[in-house]
Amino acid sequence: MTRHYSALSVIKEGLNGQKGWAPAWRSPKPAKQYDVVIIGGGGQGLATAYYLAKTHGVKRVAVIERGWLGGGNTGRNTTAIRSNYYYPESTALYDLSLRLYETLGRELNYNIMLSQRGMMQIVSSPGEMEMAARQVNAMQINGVEARLMDRSEVQRRVPIFNFAPDARYPVYGAIYQERAGVARHDAVAWGYARAADALGVDILQQCEVQEFLTEGGRCVGVATSKGEIRAERVGMAVAGSSGVLAAKAGFRLPITSYTLQACVSEPVKPIFDTVLVSPMTGTYVSQSDKGEMVIGGGLDRVPSYGQRGNLPQLETVLSGLLEMFPVFRQLRLLRQWGGTVDVTPDSSPIFGESPLPGLYLNGGWGTGGFKAIPAGGTVFAHILATGGHHEISRPFDLNRFRTGHLLDEAAGAGIAH
Amino acid sequence: MQLFPCPFCGPRPETEFHFGGDAGNTRPDAAASDSDWTNYLFFKHNRKGPTREIWMHLTCREVFLMARDTVSHEVSATEALGGEA
Repeated sequence: MTRHYSALSVIKEGLNGQKGWAPAWRSPKPAKQYDVVIIGGGGQGLATAYYLAKTHGVKRVAVIERGWLGGGNTGRNTTAIRSNYYYPESTALYDLSLRLYETLGRELNYNIMLSQRGMMQIVSSPGEMEMAARQVNAMQINGVEARLMDRSEVQRRVPIFNFAPDARYPVYGAIYQERAGVARHDAVAWGYARAADALGVDILQQCEVQEFLTEGGRCVGVATSKGEIRAERVGMAVAGSSGVLAAKAGFRLPITSYTLQACVSEPVKPIFDTVLVSPMTGTYVSQSDKGEMVIGGGLDRVPSYGQRGNLPQLETVLSGLLEMFPVFRQLRLLRQWGGTVDVTPDSSPIFGESPLPGLYLNGGWGTGGFKAIPAGGTVFAHILATGGHHEISRPFDLNRFRTGHLLDEAAGAGIAH
Repeated sequence: MQLFPCPFCGPRPETEFHFGGDAGNTRPDAAASDSDWTNYLFFKHNRKGPTREIWMHLTCREVFLMARDTVSHEVSATEALGGEA
């Protein structure tokens, strides 16, 4: 059976009628007991399992997933990867993620199609330009490469943008992060799943958590649709479903679930070679390798678990797109969808032990979990292996809501996350 | 576009409304513990399915209670608060 992916194995299996490929991962029966059980088979959960096995040598690890791998927000986001944050604590987390992404394809032997095409945040007024300079300075002080672009450079790079004299949001310049880009979202989930499986991790799909098993006030496992599974430590990385599992475990979280929607156009020839966001219109866009324009924006303002977007927000996003790119008026939309994102009051994630001892949290990513998958997995694996915080995850503990040490990135970096 | 029934103005577009949090989340005394304040300020029920929430109709500025389903988006009832928050 062919397990390693390479040009040579593609040729070999091509000659062999594609009959020799090994399945990317097994579908094992659940064991009764694991060292660590992770709830949630999205990017965060699968990456956590991989680093638990790889970095920490934890032998018995299971990932349990109610639906299918990467079927939640990992498969529903617009695939942007960036680390243009304001606070040092956020930069430590998100830039670690970007650095890990840069070598991830090779590490996992899985093509995640990382394309570091840069990301541009459009600036539309002189006052905003001063805030942009502050943002760039903050990023540089935190060790992340970033620079200001002036109007003429933006015009050279994105000639199809609306530079008309009567544009509603004139271009004064942009914040540019060269190392930012996009990656194939499904491939990130599948790559981690395949690599984790090869290290002995059991991936259990169509396995839903019904309740938490507790003994002496401590979480000792989960009751699932496939029977009871016990574990020394249980982690949850379930994004929009965090509130549902928290209720089962008997606590509340500072999280509200909202719909974030996105859409893609019909495919067109290459016309746009970066990732662009405008805080004024709230719309962001990139072009996929297939040629589709991938379009996203802000949250629907109605808390929801519906996994489908509402019309007013779609209209806002698309009006913003057409204001920025009048040429896209001719485009037709191909697909539109929604995911349920877990939004915290300070737009920063939550890591650490939950109010139920033995149960650990990785959540509150809001609209920005995909870019953070490698770093989220790295620090959550550390937490689940040791029971204590990673240096990077400590500021993101749940206790920040009691101590008041919030990391308000919506205010700091000036864009929604 | 979904219509939400304002108890004062009748059915209005969803964009006229602002979400205000869980119903029954009452403000603690000034002398309450940090934990009580934390719970009041930040921690949510975030229920999947039927839930009761406080909303504001931005155009008439009235705050009211809405019972709705967070999966189907169906609104089962809205009522004025009648003096109690």
